[in-house]
Amino acid sequence: MHARLFRSLYRIRRVEEEVARVYATDKIKSPVHLSIGQEAVSVGVCDALRADDVVFGTYRGHALYLAKGGDMNAMVAELYGKVTGCTRGKGGSMHLIDTECGVMGTSAVVGTTIANAAGYAYSLKLRRSDAVVVCFFGDGATEEGVFAETLNFAVLKRLPLLFVCENNGYAIHTSQAKRQGLPDICARARAYGMPAERLDGNDVLTLRDKAESAIAKLRAGEGPQFIEATTYRWREHVGPGADYHLGYREKSECAPWEENDAVRVLAEQIPTEQRAVIEAAVEREITTAFEFAETSPFPHPSELMTDIFTEDANDFAACQS
Amino acid sequence: MISPLAKAKSPQALRESIKTTERTRTFVEAVREATDEEMGLDPNVVLFGLDVDDPKAIQGTTQGLVEKYGAERVFGTPLSEDAMTGAAIGMALAGLRPIHVHIRMDFLLLAVNQLLNVAAKSRYTYGGRVNVPLVVRAMIGKSWGQGAQHSQGLHSFFMHVPGIKVVAPSTPYDAKGCLTAAIRDDDPVLYVEHRLLHFQKGPVPTESYTVEPGKARIAVAGDDVTIVGISYMQVEALRAAKYLEDVGIRAEVIDPIWLNPLDTDTIAESVRRTGRLLVVDTGWTNCGAAAEIVSRVAERLQGERAFRFKRMGFAPTTCPTTPGLEDLFYPNARTVAAAARDLVEGRACNWLPTERADLRSIEFKGPF
Ligand SMILES: Cc1ncc(C[n+]2csc(CCOP(=O)(O)OP(=O)(O)O)c2C)c(N)n1
Repeated sequence: MHARLFRSLYRIRRVEEEVARVYATDKIKSPVHLSIGQEAVSVGVCDALRADDVVFGTYRGHALYLAKGGDMNAMVAELYGKVTGCTRGKGGSMHLIDTECGVMGTSAVVGTTIANAAGYAYSLKLRRSDAVVVCFFGDGATEEGVFAETLNFAVLKRLPLLFVCENNGYAIHTSQAKRQGLPDICARARAYGMPAERLDGNDVLTLRDKAESAIAKLRAGEGPQFIEATTYRWREHVGPGADYHLGYREKSECAPWEENDAVRVLAEQIPTEQRAVIEAAVEREITTAFEFAETSPFPHPSELMTDIFTEDANDFAACQS
Repeated sequence: MISPLAKAKSPQALRESIKTTERTRTFVEAVREATDEEMGLDPNVVLFGLDVDDPKAIQGTTQGLVEKYGAERVFGTPLSEDAMTGAAIGMALAGLRPIHVHIRMDFLLLAVNQLLNVAAKSRYTYGGRVNVPLVVRAMIGKSWGQGAQHSQGLHSFFMHVPGIKVVAPSTPYDAKGCLTAAIRDDDPVLYVEHRLLHFQKGPVPTESYTVEPGKARIAVAGDDVTIVGISYMQVEALRAAKYLEDVGIRAEVIDPIWLNPLDTDTIAESVRRTGRLLVVDTGWTNCGAAAEIVSRVAERLQGERAFRFKRMGFAPTTCPTTPGLEDLFYPNARTVAAAARDLVEGRACNWLPTERADLRSIEFKGPF
């Protein structure tokens, strides 16, 4: 299990570092919100899921997409705007999806997918499925009305839905303390009637365990569960760089998180040789993914008008103009 | 509640001052200046919205204002568009003049209930006993793969509903004058800003002035075709006029500035002369602002003057992120010029001007 978790963490970290490196070349013409530093939340939770379980996420979705089994080639190609991307180049980094792996959607509008996850969970319950849904969102999203409305509905209908709040302490450049009168997000979840626990988002093993037991409760029909995972965003909100020069946070704030980096902590627990094998394999996968993206074609102009409706849209669109 | 406002200049004096001013400012600076002046004049003006007080200060449009007016009058909000809009309405009912800022117009969709069911209707439903002097600033994003949920031009939604004014200035001069007018206006005003316009520079008088609702501006005079460019599309329309000059076509380019109330007179008068109307929007054409402008002109001129017309806007699809398709999604100076020429010649000319370096469209560079 350690090796599996390490591989997943390392893979996400490294591919995002490559995204950051390539970004300067302007080959990726799409906003990217990196998860560097926050990988353990997605990795820990997703490791406890079955393939047929479903996740919803946000525009900061690379880690979730990969942790849930999304195809790296398709992700990198998507960032490049290539037709081989997971949304054929149409959605970009903020709209990753992989229906085969249960990555059911991400949104650029904060909070949106929280309610979508509840609807998906309702449908699973209605169909007597024992699959579950996990919804990932940031601390900022808990300020949107949809958060409160969805928590209430989820409890009311005892939905098989795990809420995972990835609390990195900031919404863009504004700290949680400047945005929330009571920064205890778990307390809010409990007030709606569901168990909630705050966990260290760097501690991938504990996260995995806790997620596993929460998910078991979901499958047993005990109703929604809530995890708040505290974590830290190492890079700027959007884009590849650091942003400590902006002055809204101190570099020293990141130091403990870097010291306690989940990727490194786990790496130390894996025998050196085994680790080298994993790392080499991941590096090969990343090289391949970027080559795949570089050599893939851009979508044909006719793609502009496909997938608007289920009908062949180029014909249909003709009658719109 | 009456506030001690500086007297607005007459349109004549205004035109004089724009001619004489050598002071050049960006759109961003114009927005900040109008806000600053009005906050200075009227203690009831308050400014808030997500990120308004963060280091980037909404592209710089709110820079320095929290230091100057304090955190009670200038503040960042939680991520709560719906509630904050409702709260803004409450503030306005109590005599404040709130300016609520949204860094993407797309986020207004979370506030539509408050804006259209409450703000737009309060004065009417309460028999004129209250006003909602609220300004909502909303930015349209474009390019660098901003995609489906960060690039929408939704102004026509708001034009559809009576009770809320809509303005979409394209020059720094109008940016300042329209924002000043909007802040002083006793009705809710949606102030539409296009991200690419933020880079534009132009003359901006030092003193306070207003560009009042309901008057369009003829930016370039011409007799062959009337091109109305909304918001950022004004810039592309002006460039299109240059391409058209190369083939001997003189376009009249009109900036409607205010979309509601809309100056049908100026546009219809132009079309009466040119007999051709091209409306270019930074939004979809279906049920859009362009449709409204064409219909109004048609209603005005029917039975009197036949004219040819065309609407241009977003392709009738969702905005893709991949660069090639993203380019196709938007009208640009060359496609506008091509459409205008077709109108003038009354046939499909299959002409697309070769791109001139001096008329190249601005491309925004990432990360955002
Ligand atoms: C409804 C809405 N309002 C505002 C924004 C602008 N915005 C984009 S990301 C973001 C911060 C969200 O913070 P959080 O939920 O904590 O997630 P994080 O980015 O930290 O992962 C904001 C305000 C948005 N995308 N959607």
